Amino acid sequence: MSSTDNALTKLLASRDWLLADGATGTELFNMGLQSGDAPELWNADHPDRIKALYEGPVKAGSDIFLTNSFGGNASRLKLHDAQSRVFELNKRAAEIGREVADAAGRTVVVAGSMGPTGDIMEPVGTLSHAAAVEMFHEQAEGLKAGGADVLWVETISAPEEMKAAAEGIALTGMPWCGTMSFDTAGRTMMGVTAPALAAQMDRLKHPPIAFGANCGVGASDLLRTVLGFGETPKHVIAKGNAGIPKYHDGHIHYDGTPELMADYAVLARDAGATIIGGCCGTTPEHLRHMREALETRTANGKPSLDQITQALGGFSSESDGTDGKGPGARKARAGGRRRATA
Amino acid sequence: MSDLEDDIILSELNDEDLVAQMFDDLYDGLKEEIEEGVNILLERGWEPYRVLTEALVGGMTIVGNDFRDGILFVPEVLLAANAMKGGMAILKPLLAETGAPRVGKMVIGTVKGDIHDIGKNLVGMMMEGAGFEIVDLGINNSVEDYFAALDEEEPDILGMSALLTTTMPYMKVVIDQLVAKGRRDDYTVLVGGAPLNEEFGKAIGADAYCRDAAVAVETAKEFMARKHNQLAAG
Repeated sequence: MSSTDNALTKLLASRDWLLADGATGTELFNMGLQSGDAPELWNADHPDRIKALYEGPVKAGSDIFLTNSFGGNASRLKLHDAQSRVFELNKRAAEIGREVADAAGRTVVVAGSMGPTGDIMEPVGTLSHAAAVEMFHEQAEGLKAGGADVLWVETISAPEEMKAAAEGIALTGMPWCGTMSFDTAGRTMMGVTAPALAAQMDRLKHPPIAFGANCGVGASDLLRTVLGFGETPKHVIAKGNAGIPKYHDGHIHYDGTPELMADYAVLARDAGATIIGGCCGTTPEHLRHMREALETRTANGKPSLDQITQALGGFSSESDGTDGKGPGARKARAGGRRRATA
Repeated sequence: MSDLEDDIILSELNDEDLVAQMFDDLYDGLKEEIEEGVNILLERGWEPYRVLTEALVGGMTIVGNDFRDGILFVPEVLLAANAMKGGMAILKPLLAETGAPRVGKMVIGTVKGDIHDIGKNLVGMMMEGAGFEIVDLGINNSVEDYFAALDEEEPDILGMSALLTTTMPYMKVVIDQLVAKGRRDDYTVLVGGAPLNEEFGKAIGADAYCRDAAVAVETAKEFMARKHNQLAAG
């Protein structure tokens, strides 16, 4: 498959923005998923519910939806003793998606979701590059076999893991998108800044169609990250949470209103994102408001940080991590330390 | 770095400079150097507890503060914690022998259905760095797993971690069981994980939500101090 004849690239060429989907986990809870259970098992056990899950965003106007395969790698499924079912569960996730997309009556992109392994990669952690590539490859093959249009790597925090995912996907030849979760003082948990991700995506041998940010803290932080990507020839993805989680009567719900997410969607587009969606807590109701806002409100030019906080609330941290105070800078400043001999 | 800087000989430094150098080495995650520093201080007649508190805990406090302030991130903290572990391995048997004061004991684990243990491991390491005794239950813990550990270990603190919106409500399942068995007040319950917040912690009945490992250490110390005061007053 060449890089231009997939459904996502074609759709991007014909439109100024695309609406992605919202939450998976919080939506599955509403359908009766029990805390601690693996959502991916439902692809086999409750395909009707997964179909309903996918139909939510499609009916609300999403152009892209992600499959129920976020935790569908061997490392994650092992927890549920389902590590031998990676191919099957991912294939099912994509097959159900294909069915829903093909019945939509318009082009809807089935994006095969691939989340992190949950392990820390070498040298700090124990997961080798080769093992990570193999895990992502295995999952990618299942999603490809099920008919996904593109693969969608999300909520990554380590550059090593993004690289391994890209390599695993390259083995399938599938087009892909990749997003990281910037949830720690403007960076990812592993310290990656927005410009650092943009630079990494440029360097990859099998580069993504689009890259960006998902999840993280709130909608404000996510847009600051989008601005931080700077000028890039690639498409930029913004998939922020609908506010922050609240616990109510045994359920989690996010406090961001559909109106707030509509403002967020327009600001994301104005900030340069061309693929705009939600993450945790974003329901079809939110998506409908987002679609309507994107269709009816005119572009306003890049928003300032002040405009973002005025519309969506304050940032979780003062800095976005690009002010030179990170790990590298501190070491250089301190000087005089000896280098590890190992 | 130049050769000159590689030539620092730890054993030639006086106590004060050596401890300062150990702070730097912890910050840079140099395990062998920390082990060497610990051994030198012990040879110079330092009590194991003093080595722990002044050299290791002191150094890890700097690491913890910079982690809290967004200057260091997970990879750097893991390396620092690994270096500290090298020093702790030497001190642990000696601390037991010399009857050093007990800071507190914590049972910690990631909840059922959740594989994520990065944050939980960080908390465990930073708590050890602050002198706490840690019993790590690993990932995927059911109510039964937590209760078995509470019975066995009799900790002061129960720590629970979750990284997914699909697993975080399980913390409430555990806390509800503690309440049902009349044991909720026996422990300080601390919770953490990326999707959580303070309000969530309160709503499920935890004593505190800890935003990161550094906050967990501060919070744990605070609760232990309160406990001691209560015991003293009672």
